[in-house]
Amino acid sequence: MGLRAEKRKSMFGRMLLIRRFEEEVKKLYQEGRIVGAIHLYIGQEAVAVGVSSGLKKRDYVFSTHRGHGHAIAKGCDIKRMMAELMGRDTGLSRGHGGSMHLYDPARGLMGGNGIVGGGIPLALGAAFSAQYRGTDQIAVTFFSDGAANQGVFAESLNLAALFHLPVIFVCENNQYAATTPVRRSFAKMAIAQRAESYGVPAETVDGNDVEAVHDAALKAIRRARRGEGPSLIDCETYRLEPHCGIIPDQRERGEREAWRAKDPLSRYKEKLLAERILTPSKIEKMEKDIARELAKAVKFAEISPWPDPEAALHKECLV
Amino acid sequence: MRKIMYRTAITEAMREEMERDGRVFIIGEDVDLFGGVYKLTKGLVEKFGPRRVRGTPISEAAFIGLAAGAAMTGLRPIVEIMYMDFALVGMDPLVNQIPKIPYMSGGQVKIPLVVRGQFGVGTAEAAQHSQHLESWFIHTPGYKVVMPSTAYDAKGLLKSAIRDDNPVLYLENRVLYLRKEDVPEGEWLVPIGVADVKREGSDITVVATSNAVHKSLAAAEQLAGEISVEVVDPRTLDPLDLPTILRSVKKTGHLLVVQEGVAGACFGAEVIRQVVREGFGDLESAPRVLGARDVPVPFSPVLERAYVPQVEDIVAAIRRMLGRTRNESPADTG
Repeated sequence: MGLRAEKRKSMFGRMLLIRRFEEEVKKLYQEGRIVGAIHLYIGQEAVAVGVSSGLKKRDYVFSTHRGHGHAIAKGCDIKRMMAELMGRDTGLSRGHGGSMHLYDPARGLMGGNGIVGGGIPLALGAAFSAQYRGTDQIAVTFFSDGAANQGVFAESLNLAALFHLPVIFVCENNQYAATTPVRRSFAKMAIAQRAESYGVPAETVDGNDVEAVHDAALKAIRRARRGEGPSLIDCETYRLEPHCGIIPDQRERGEREAWRAKDPLSRYKEKLLAERILTPSKIEKMEKDIARELAKAVKFAEISPWPDPEAALHKECLV
Repeated sequence: MRKIMYRTAITEAMREEMERDGRVFIIGEDVDLFGGVYKLTKGLVEKFGPRRVRGTPISEAAFIGLAAGAAMTGLRPIVEIMYMDFALVGMDPLVNQIPKIPYMSGGQVKIPLVVRGQFGVGTAEAAQHSQHLESWFIHTPGYKVVMPSTAYDAKGLLKSAIRDDNPVLYLENRVLYLRKEDVPEGEWLVPIGVADVKREGSDITVVATSNAVHKSLAAAEQLAGEISVEVVDPRTLDPLDLPTILRSVKKTGHLLVVQEGVAGACFGAEVIRQVVREGFGDLESAPRVLGARDVPVPFSPVLERAYVPQVEDIVAAIRRMLGRTRNESPADTG
């Protein structure tokens, strides 16, 4: 592996920030201070952080409806994220997009998506654009097991392989498509094989092990930068929270508990403590810093102005 | 002035804009080696190479989406849809992604992209190779919708569309592809959002689109000496040049919209809605839409001819609106 200690600490810090951000969002949502459709990333932090820790700022990420983790992992400002979740003019998308549509092109975040699988062909386009312009940028499309059953997934695998595009398909196989478990939505559970059958090299990894995800991502990133074409990483993980908001969904008895035991954040914490990369006091300081940043973000969002309907609701407003 | 075909005008516009701007590329089915199913891209792959003239598999959702992503990151794609009907396979990128992303991103992301494709009634290709979709598209905020009726407009508007920073739907009528018309050489543009009065008149305003422009002009010619018909071609359906239409209605007092798309919940109804709101006092009779019948486009040439307004239907509708006859025409669907 040979990851430097600093890198490992920073990956842990990012995962912790995502977890605490999402817990705060959940609380604000329960209190009615955030409205709309909120899809929490809790339990999947290792995927976003494992992949984006290998990317450069200029690389493109196409996110999903469950995209807060992708935005934080790509380095977005949590103050502006929180403001967007609250529909404020200072939000990442000036209050026009909300939780599912966080855009920060300056950091390579090319938006979430309200349509399952909708971002996949868009990422192909960013990869096409990089190839066309002769840059070494790459594009990552995060999507879920649910999106792997959309037709555009198959079309996009073929097109990416045909055009040798520098794109990485990252499947966050979180076991649920909305409320339907994978065992009821896949005739054959074989996302990596689907990719390989289109000529896209694929690897299945433990999506709750950030370093395993990171290793697979580095390989895929190297391939893409060398002009060797697309790859797919199938990350096996688990959505600890309901699909959307706080509406409870059915899980088999013991299932959630079994996955909690494999929580990516706790696992990485234990590992880094055991290897003495981190100490309890360092973690405590990280927690305090994050709590302070989050409090600032919530305050920033709540005192921010609302968007002006006069300016935002006519046809020419963005032309 | 030289005369060239409508389809040649489109090819010229693409070639000139690709010469002018290295970010412009063409993507679509059979656009490279074959030169497109109606030969609109003939010769372009030889000139610009496969990097800029990119043939695709039959995967509309993927390649329309790809073009959108390319436009989001600095390129200016021209997407050719072989038959506009096929765009419906790619409705997610076409409706959910392209027109919404510039807005949802708070204006941070531009999508300078042209989706162009052909349709048309009159070539016996039946309901999945002929339909008019412009009324769907004008109902989707975020697009400019362009629908030229002449070679001159086709060239000048496509060049403007390619240079526009917004997504543009550019709708070609294959029935017009072989019409030869005056098209000047050199560098010029037709601005998006500006109507053209194709024939001046004083008794009735006929707003017509695409092939219906030519039928309306023929009807106006037949009526010359009896009724003076003004024919206005909006050329761009969205944004609509309402002032030009209102000026004409103020002069004539009567408004008939002629189109080959179905008359229900349509472009013509939208024109009337806007005229009623802004120029109700100028109307001396109830405005009407003459459009296609309320069924899918039929195959048999006999049915297909009866499906859309013909010159004689337009003549009859105009006479009826001006009280010169009381015959009801079956084509008067509006």
